[in-house]
Amino acid sequence: MPTESIWRRPLVVFLFLLVLGFVTDFALDSFIQFTMIVIMINMILGMSLNLVNGFTGQFSLGHAGFMAVGAYTSAYLAEQWFTHVGPITGAMQLVMFPLFGVCAGLMAALAGLLVGLPSLRLRGDYLAIVTLGFAEIIRVTLLNTEAVGAARGFYDVKGPDNWMLGPIEVSRFLTSYGLALFWVLVTFYVIWRVVRSGHGRAFLSVRDDEIAAEAMGINTVRAKVQAFAISSFFAGIAGSIFAHYMNYLNPQTFVFTKSVDAVIIVVLGGMGSLSGSLFAAAIVTVIPELLRPLQEIIGIDLRMLIYALLLILMMILRPRGLFGSQELSEILRKYVRKST
Amino acid sequence: MNDFIQHILNGLSLGSIYALIALGYTMVYGILQLINFAHSDVYMMGAFGSYYVAMYLGIDRQPGLSTLAILLGSAMLVCALIGLTIERLAYRPLRNAPKLNILITAIGVSLFLQYFAQAVFGADPKVFPQVLHNETLFNIAAVEVKTLDVAVFAVTIITMVVLNFVIYRTKMGQAMRAVAQNMRVAALMGVNPNRVISITFMVGSALAGVGSVLVGMKYPKIDPLMGTMIGLKAFVAAVLGGIGNLPGAVLGGLLMGFSEEMVVAYWSSTYRDALAFGILIVILIFKPAGLMGRSTTEKV
Repeated sequence: MPTESIWRRPLVVFLFLLVLGFVTDFALDSFIQFTMIVIMINMILGMSLNLVNGFTGQFSLGHAGFMAVGAYTSAYLAEQWFTHVGPITGAMQLVMFPLFGVCAGLMAALAGLLVGLPSLRLRGDYLAIVTLGFAEIIRVTLLNTEAVGAARGFYDVKGPDNWMLGPIEVSRFLTSYGLALFWVLVTFYVIWRVVRSGHGRAFLSVRDDEIAAEAMGINTVRAKVQAFAISSFFAGIAGSIFAHYMNYLNPQTFVFTKSVDAVIIVVLGGMGSLSGSLFAAAIVTVIPELLRPLQEIIGIDLRMLIYALLLILMMILRPRGLFGSQELSEILRKYVRKST
Repeated sequence: MNDFIQHILNGLSLGSIYALIALGYTMVYGILQLINFAHSDVYMMGAFGSYYVAMYLGIDRQPGLSTLAILLGSAMLVCALIGLTIERLAYRPLRNAPKLNILITAIGVSLFLQYFAQAVFGADPKVFPQVLHNETLFNIAAVEVKTLDVAVFAVTIITMVVLNFVIYRTKMGQAMRAVAQNMRVAALMGVNPNRVISITFMVGSALAGVGSVLVGMKYPKIDPLMGTMIGLKAFVAAVLGGIGNLPGAVLGGLLMGFSEEMVVAYWSSTYRDALAFGILIVILIFKPAGLMGRSTTEKV
């Protein structure tokens, strides 16, 4: 089936979505463009957390911390580059910002290793609360570090700007969009491949039965720490994109509720379903914005109230999330088989 | 030296408040294995409940013991009712669901209560009514012991004694312990688990209500988001002592109160919130089940 398999090539998907972004750049207002970037950041966050929560079954509540590490690392590096080397302009942005992203990811992965280590001894709720604690410690440390603006926040983070590609003007949005899109696809394919590799099978076995996995000779400690490191790498990258698009960072952004947002994306989409995380990221970002007009009619902030209610109802009525542990392709395939 | 004693006193009253709220977490966890994230918001609702009762009765400017009693009673009642409602509507339908779903529901309920409070009470802080005259009762080595600290401490002690009596000396307490031990066997023995769980939620929430009045007394500023940080710390205190363990919660709460006060006094107030988690991580690495918790080995 050649028509189906063409969409399995990351490059084709990338180019298609890039064209979509190009159209959006001219056709839609900046608020929708902003929302699109936020959706993609949330997609990366959701997928990366899914690796730990959904595929490895270790409950982590500190994803905002890793994101913060990535965001601040990336912002700091860009700042240093601007002061010591010079501005990043034109096509150089396409090299430098992903590079900062990788550095941010590596720093976050280091933090992830640190958090992963206590998980040698802790499980379940205890691990959840320790990861929460680490995130909180990271936040307070940032709050007290003068080099990154401390409590005032990190102002004027360098980000992509408009540049000319021959006759075409490439807008700030398009660069950020392309960058975010690139990372969304990388995250998706890396996690997809990892979960289907030998290491990934070890992750799944840890989720399903840790003791049995250990009895079968799987190094569960290594699996858990690996999962944490990979997951926090991508969280750091999400942070990097966030930093360079928003141009302003504040430790208050990375509070507990931010981690909760990521957990909600994972659970809503389905634990162990990457496409579920993609959908849920879009839903979780868009619903509060769609409810915004309602607030103007009634006059009080009902958005979060409805959002919270939806969350509770969802858990009661469809506890396994939208897709369960299946990918969209599996669900579609099943549907096609049934109808023929 | 005087400062030091003063800090110890402050730590004691702060710690006993943490302990009260931590008890609520621990009771619910002990019986349902559920981190009740909404507990901190039940506490917030208790503060607002007693605030409005005081306004309605017009006793917000008449400090005294009767005011204290009325506020405590109303906060406990409000919290118990909210706890009961939450358990009925949100947690009971999920009794057999995976743990993570219940946790998400708890977070959902927490968000709901926070934004409900913002919509109804307004987002701006309110001043809690003055409950007691803050006078010097007596001196310890030139340190003045104020009424408020004594009241906080006394109320905490009384609450804990009553709680201890309820859990270890009454039939309902016995049923609670039975359900915590093994819900299905307890049901076979003629205990109605649903009723016991409801009552546990009510008792735990009522403790949060007591805590809210005590905090309102000491730091008279209440707002819809006041629960988050104190709730996290109380929860850390519960984990620290070994979650599910009542004396452990008290010990954890006191430890948290003391260390927080000492850090603020001798180091820097900005590290206050990080410290709680720092202690937690260190202790959990060395004693993974908390200070007084018993570690269980999992069976295959």
